Amino acid sequence: MTTSILFLVFQVVAVPTFSPLMIGIIRKMKARLQGRVGADIFQPYRDLRKLFSKDEVISSDASWITRFAPYVIFSITLLLGATVPLVTAIAPMIPGRPDLLLTATGDFLVIAYLFALMTFFLALAGMDAGSGFGGFGSSREMMVAALAEAGLIFSLLPASFLAGTGHILDMIGQLENLPMTSAFPLFVAFLAFLIALLAENARFPVDNPATHLELTMIHEAMLLEYSGKRLALMEWAGANKLMIFIALAVNIFFPWGVAFEFSSLQSLAVPVLIFSVKSLGLLMLIALIESLMAKFRIFRVPDLLFTSFVLGMIAVVLTVSLTV
Amino acid sequence: MEFFLTQEALFLFVGLFLFGAIASFIADVWMNDGGRLANLLAHGAAMIGSFVGFIMAVVVLVNGRGVNWEFESAFPLLELSFRLDGMSAFFLGLSACIGVLASIYGYGYQRHFIGSGRLGSYGFFYNLFVGSLLLVGVANQALFFLLIWEMMSLASYFLVVFEREKIENVRAGFLYFLMTHFGTAFIVLACLLAYHATGSFSFDAWREAFGTLSSGTEFLILSSALIGFATKAGLIPLHIWLPEAHPAAPSHVSALMSGIMVKTALFMLFRFFFDFFQGARVEWGVAFLIIGAISAILGILYANAERDLKRILAYSTVENVGIITIAFGAGLALFALDQERVALFALAAAFYHLVNHAVFKSLLFFGAGSVVSTTGTRNTESYGGLIRVMPYTAAFFLIGSLAISALPPFNGFVSEWLTFQVLFVGIVGAPLAVKSAFLFALAALVFTSGLALACFVKVFGITFLARPRTDGAKDACEVSWLMLSPMALLSIATLALGLFSSHVLSALTGVVASIGLTNPATLRFPFLEIIASRHAFADVLPLAMIAIFLVITLAVVFMTIRIMTRNRTVTIGPTWDCGFPLSGRNEITATSFSRSLVTIFRGVLRPTRQSMIEYHDEQTRYFVKAASIETGLQDIYRERLYYPAGKMLHFLADRIRRIQTGNVNMYILYLALALIGALLWAARA
Repeated sequence: MTTSILFLVFQVVAVPTFSPLMIGIIRKMKARLQGRVGADIFQPYRDLRKLFSKDEVISSDASWITRFAPYVIFSITLLLGATVPLVTAIAPMIPGRPDLLLTATGDFLVIAYLFALMTFFLALAGMDAGSGFGGFGSSREMMVAALAEAGLIFSLLPASFLAGTGHILDMIGQLENLPMTSAFPLFVAFLAFLIALLAENARFPVDNPATHLELTMIHEAMLLEYSGKRLALMEWAGANKLMIFIALAVNIFFPWGVAFEFSSLQSLAVPVLIFSVKSLGLLMLIALIESLMAKFRIFRVPDLLFTSFVLGMIAVVLTVSLTV
Repeated sequence: MEFFLTQEALFLFVGLFLFGAIASFIADVWMNDGGRLANLLAHGAAMIGSFVGFIMAVVVLVNGRGVNWEFESAFPLLELSFRLDGMSAFFLGLSACIGVLASIYGYGYQRHFIGSGRLGSYGFFYNLFVGSLLLVGVANQALFFLLIWEMMSLASYFLVVFEREKIENVRAGFLYFLMTHFGTAFIVLACLLAYHATGSFSFDAWREAFGTLSSGTEFLILSSALIGFATKAGLIPLHIWLPEAHPAAPSHVSALMSGIMVKTALFMLFRFFFDFFQGARVEWGVAFLIIGAISAILGILYANAERDLKRILAYSTVENVGIITIAFGAGLALFALDQERVALFALAAAFYHLVNHAVFKSLLFFGAGSVVSTTGTRNTESYGGLIRVMPYTAAFFLIGSLAISALPPFNGFVSEWLTFQVLFVGIVGAPLAVKSAFLFALAALVFTSGLALACFVKVFGITFLARPRTDGAKDACEVSWLMLSPMALLSIATLALGLFSSHVLSALTGVVASIGLTNPATLRFPFLEIIASRHAFADVLPLAMIAIFLVITLAVVFMTIRIMTRNRTVTIGPTWDCGFPLSGRNEITATSFSRSLVTIFRGVLRPTRQSMIEYHDEQTRYFVKAASIETGLQDIYRERLYYPAGKMLHFLADRIRRIQTGNVNMYILYLALALIGALLWAARA
């Protein structure tokens, strides 16, 4: 009973707790790759605390959308964070109520569309204050989101076909036992997913998370009018989203070392270690991409996103021909 | 309740519309009140008539047994035959719901036109339109059906040209008139071919002949039916009338046209392909998948490129009809591949999306109508900031936008999710050639949903958010409760159809199964069993659970943040203006919002741009006197398809005209030749 409550709490708070750390690690790695010392990896936590303790300015042109959107966006990331498998592929359960599985959002289409719901409110919030920056940020974000969704869904589809289920938790359980022949389509799908990850999380080469230059910013442009606690929520939600994507990537495409049973906290030590190593590897990859590549010109971005879609398509075709 | 299964109920139902039509016309002529009474009579009769129809449908659905009424007519071959079975009751119920709400809304909306002297004739055609719209699915005899179909088309033509002082409305009406008759010609052809093959115009006789026709005849009938009904449904490339005609009509009529009228075509396609004839062949399935996929993706691309609010909604209708067609095609193909249960599921998905689209498209058209009636323009570039002056309309429109973008937990997501599942089954299980059609449809559907998201962010953001761009938007005000309450009801319906999706789906599966695709005994299985048999692809979609979790999380987050930051102040200040005072002109416009998407898809959309700059100093070109830019899209359908077809027709007509010499001797020769030919033909027989 206590362990299952503990597990539930862990599942709910894990993503918001560790997501700023991931941002901190990427920044640190980038700094070292670029020959700087960089802030330490806990700096994002301090940034959040600072923002939460600040007063707030809201535009006089803004409507309730601006006030409401950060809560919706943050809540969606919390909800998805509670379902997405991190170190365990066990459905978190409300104690004593086995019918109330917290896996309602476990279907990969539901996950993709809940991210779309986030994007919807984010883009509206960007337009709400009537600033030219925000408007163009929203316009570009919608362009990227409209095209990235295809890559996202098609990159998760091979795993779903191989596992014969659309549910993330079941998928991981099935994928671990697959023969090595299925590794190739999964690897192609991973490339597609990686591009979708970079695009959805406003990373290089689609967007620059550190810029505030009018001509280049996408994600930051939409947050330009935010300050104080709402900005903190938006930043935090962004970090959560990155962590959810990383968890999806490492657990679906490299489904080794995920715990399927939960007996004691000690038994989780190895899965936690494996998860940390896998996600550190992926963070390193992102940091490398961000240091080695230049940001794409905005009209080169669609080429990249179509590449993601085509890779996903190839992976689907490979999977389907494998399974027949 | 038994009353509603009797002939008297039918007479009451039809009579109310006839009464409304004639009474409003007379009231406008006799009363000198500018049409006030006519407005009341027109919408009142249509509302009560629709309501009676709704109750009839509900009684049939609840009782679980259909009714037939047949009346002889004075004309040979024509028989006034009505049939209310599960399918038509479902369709009647849906249409009647929207009919009731549109009539309430219309009463508020048309008050603008009191004193225009036009409400009498409007009331006449409105009642004929709604009445025929409700009856078209109930008709059970081909000639009678064609009669109602034609009445529906003609009445809606007169509603499209309601504001006839605007030249573009008259043009739109003419195009609609032309295209709808092009379609009707093919439907007539299909009916005549079927008459030739079965010897009867009665739909029941066609049902009895199910499976006995030769495949060649069946192919001819079904392909004529496909062309005819696809024109009415607005499937690309036969869609060109839809984005012209739907926006031109008054908004509640647009809602009926987009929400119900295009669906009558889909409904009849369903009848032709499943109920009357054996259309469940793999080839038809593949054809529908491809047509649907093309309509879906092109429809939403054109919607993105538009800036006229109601045209955007019209193009999005093309998109949604495409999605329904995809699910329908998947059903046909899977049925032919002996996957009956999944096929049933696909058809249920198609019908689910049909219901959903009727609900949220009506909601959006009502919202658009409110905005148009208070600002006086359909151009989204003239809006802005309406969320402050029209808070309720904005909230309802937001719900509609979320639903049509297929975002959970609203209803659009459920039907798209179901369509996805069906396509997955096809991709995994079908033979190779069919598989690729499924894959193509899936790719189109994925892009469509992404682009729909971008489109409705644009529509809502440009219309309701930021600062007003014109005085019209600044002086806008909220519309009356008569117009708000239908929107409120539809918003609730949108949410309910999402949250209680499993109930809706099982009901729809029952409706689809009720036409008896094969042996009815094997098809009456409970909902859960279908879910279990779907290759265990995913659990039942627990949308209500997602919504509850979302609300709980939202409440917890909100309260926590509230308590944590209770000492912080919120200051209201101007938007950051870079030192230059902001006006409505600094905001992003609808055109520039979607410009990048238009540029990416320029190969399909063919954007055009004409710019002109005049200089004060022609030689050095430093000081610009005037500059203008005109952007738009090239209409490739007219240029590549319709104009060449028209030219061809002209060419042929020119050739044929040569036999018209004007010489009487020539004509006598023709007569003689024709006579000899006829005699020879008769002698041969």
